[in-house]
Amino acid sequence: MTQETGETMLQSRDRATAGPRDRVVLNLPELDQCVHCGLCLNHCPTYRVTHLEPESPRGRIHLVRAVAEGRIEALDPARGTPNERFAEHIYLCLMCRACETACPSGVQFGRIAEAAREVLGPPGSPMARRLARLAFTQVFPFPRRLRWLASALRLYQRSGLQRVIRLMLPRRLREMEALLPTVPSRFFAPEADLPAIGKRRARVALLSGCVMSTLFGEVNNATVRVLRRNGCDVVVPRGQVCCGALNVHNGETTAARRMARRNIDVFLDAGVDAVIVNAAGCGAAMKEYGHLLRDDPDYAERAARFAALVKDAGEFLAGLGLVPPSGRIEMTVTYQDPCHLAHGQKVRAQPRQLLAAIPGLHLVEMEGADRCCGSAGIYNITHPEMSKELLTEKMAAVGRTGAEAVVAPNPGCMLQLRFGAQRYGPALPVFHLMDLLDRAYEAKTDC
Amino acid sequence: MARLKEIVGPTYVLTRPEDVVVYEQDAFLVARALPDIVVLPGSTAEVAGVVRLVHEAGVPLVVRGAGTGLNGGSIPIAGGVMLVLTRMNRIVELDPRNRLAVVEPGAINVDVTAAAAQHGLFYAPDPGSQTVSTIGGNVGNNAGGPHCLSYGVTGNHVLAMEVVLASGDVTWVGSRSADHPGYDLCGVVVGSEGTLGVVTAIVVKLLRKSQAVRTLLAAFETIDDASQTVSEVIAAGIVPTAMEMMDGVVMAAVEAAIHAGYPQDAGAALLIEVEGHPESLPRQMKRIEEICRAHAPRMLRTAASEQERLLLWKGRKEGAGALGRLAPSYYLHDGVVPRAKLPDVMRKVVEVGKAYGLSIGNLFHAGDGNLHPIILFNPREPGIMDKVVRAGEEILRACVEAGGTITGEHGVGIEKREYMRWMFSDADLMAMQRVKRSFDPDGIMNPGKLLPVGERPDVTVRPAMAAGMWT
Repeated sequence: MTQETGETMLQSRDRATAGPRDRVVLNLPELDQCVHCGLCLNHCPTYRVTHLEPESPRGRIHLVRAVAEGRIEALDPARGTPNERFAEHIYLCLMCRACETACPSGVQFGRIAEAAREVLGPPGSPMARRLARLAFTQVFPFPRRLRWLASALRLYQRSGLQRVIRLMLPRRLREMEALLPTVPSRFFAPEADLPAIGKRRARVALLSGCVMSTLFGEVNNATVRVLRRNGCDVVVPRGQVCCGALNVHNGETTAARRMARRNIDVFLDAGVDAVIVNAAGCGAAMKEYGHLLRDDPDYAERAARFAALVKDAGEFLAGLGLVPPSGRIEMTVTYQDPCHLAHGQKVRAQPRQLLAAIPGLHLVEMEGADRCCGSAGIYNITHPEMSKELLTEKMAAVGRTGAEAVVAPNPGCMLQLRFGAQRYGPALPVFHLMDLLDRAYEAKTDC
Repeated sequence: MARLKEIVGPTYVLTRPEDVVVYEQDAFLVARALPDIVVLPGSTAEVAGVVRLVHEAGVPLVVRGAGTGLNGGSIPIAGGVMLVLTRMNRIVELDPRNRLAVVEPGAINVDVTAAAAQHGLFYAPDPGSQTVSTIGGNVGNNAGGPHCLSYGVTGNHVLAMEVVLASGDVTWVGSRSADHPGYDLCGVVVGSEGTLGVVTAIVVKLLRKSQAVRTLLAAFETIDDASQTVSEVIAAGIVPTAMEMMDGVVMAAVEAAIHAGYPQDAGAALLIEVEGHPESLPRQMKRIEEICRAHAPRMLRTAASEQERLLLWKGRKEGAGALGRLAPSYYLHDGVVPRAKLPDVMRKVVEVGKAYGLSIGNLFHAGDGNLHPIILFNPREPGIMDKVVRAGEEILRACVEAGGTITGEHGVGIEKREYMRWMFSDADLMAMQRVKRSFDPDGIMNPGKLLPVGERPDVTVRPAMAAGMWT
């Protein structure tokens, strides 16, 4: 326990350039940029709940640094399995990147955490790790398998089997089961040709997304309609795959790189002005393809070129200049900043500008709008306790605004907030920004 | 160990390397040392229980808040038990009529001000770290901040404190009312850096917000012009609530980070703020502007809106951190000079930077002569730390020679304990040692901090506890 209590002052920070792989990989230049000022602490959701340094951004950076210096093992040197305690700290992080917004030194914490997870591999028990690897390498990269799985889930929910199974599950599994979203009757199946309505202003491609196309097909349709009404020719290239964000966040980068290369080829071939993404997590991941493929001589340059084309739907429309909708929506809403939009892509003002452009719509800001809701990809499944804590706090903040609905332009947040509205209240609907814009345009055609 | 877990609960006793390693360092980047055990108590009773146990075992005890200290005061250089008070973060009582608040030591500085704001009040000391640093830590180091020029430092705002003594006994020092009779023990405990006892509750003064505030940004060709302006404003009998200086190096970094609208090609800028009655401000501002104009300013800009004012301040508050963009690491220094000597010492700082070949940024409380030279460096450069420390030492010596001190608000910790000899005689230091002994006869409270131990703090420290003694 007391094997190493002291350290020499005036140390130089010499770190591994040779030695075990985890040490070398985690010897990141980003680590040097952290000056330990601690200004991130209070912005970190897990630190705010636990008040523990190892569950803070600065603490996690320090842990990774300790690995790079060979003072802590990330992996068991004999068996190659993760050092569990280290992995727990690295995986309790939501990857919300609120710390990046707070950091005055510009430390890119996301890159540090992703590198650590790459060394560790997926989280959880050996069984969960195997399952996760299977999903990341065998399901997400293949749109057809994904749809097949979603169909199976739909059958399970519609057939009455769900009600029977629920009664049989132990509590923990029942709570996880309750998080399963209802699969709608139709997936996103766009027509080949989606021309601009009115004067043509741009030609764009849309990422269908894995979750968006199966669970939020209607939001994708709404996005297409809104883009067309704003003078965009829309193409939805066939052959595109899931963006790979879940893989990268959960320590599986091999398939993630494969998926990135595929998307780069498909979208660059489409010859468009912009690649539109309506899921914040995917947008952030795709804007970072350049970093993901930085060591790939064949793709580094193409990845950077592709990344420059990626735009969040709200960001793009605000930049283009929104065709003002004349239909009214009489409603008071509050806006949840998706972490990977506000912190990951620094897009905060644009969605609010678009909401303000809808006649009749009134936006009330909630306290901590840019604080994570606890969804964080698959985090609500891997860390139900922490996720629940953050969600209750979030729903209380929503309740205090007195809003009639929440707007959150990201599928993960939408699922989580819907679950929160149902479980903790207030019972209010959750919309995607594109949903509301689409409605505002449609309301005009109705009258 | 079992008894520790009984007192605070098993979740809050940390011993595994993957847990305690993050507590080996605070915001002082030069040193680090692992604690043997980290304990996070949730109440005064738990603190007292832990301290009693530690006292019985005779091992060192180090208290830590948010770990934003810049002098290494919370680094457990002798190992032992570290008491982390971040869980004790409640604002226990807010009494607007008597304008005071009772807070736990882990309460965050800015949270206290936010709570007070509902009653039109605020907590005055505003260190750069105020969004994270704790009141307990502020008290331990007698923290300052830009607005301390007219409001005073932490010690001027503490009325009373609950203290757990080294024996584990709980006592109160000071009182809620003014003019407490007898020894000013509050004054002794404030700034004692955890070497006397553990503060578990603090009664702080709250102030009423001023009716009006004006903030002026004045940019100059050279640091010298800005320094002269500061000297003259003070000499003219004006006391702004804040008068901050930043040099060109810092301004460029801040602009890159947050786009506050600072001029990028000026040598130095002053951020001057005055508060008071709406009618009195224009006259004060006019007088300040006149003095600025005598030094050929590049830019004079008064914040037109509260938003613009906050942005100007954000640039100041995050200035040091923004320097992380210019170099991988930095060493933030803290010294004080008499304001009339400001131009001379600033010239010396520039000279030292040149002599050592180090880039130095300056961002500091010019109004009270509290310098913060920030030495930029790359930690991967061999032998760099020694050079950085020596350059810093030379700057501090220049401060002392000019009639100033070795620290304005960061405290002494391990960083400056040997420099205490530059300021105090052996007899002075012995008297301080006796004060410490009367609170902490066995010397378990934060050993090796604040007072010189007779050697440069570049020693490899031995573990204080025998392996297994707690199990």
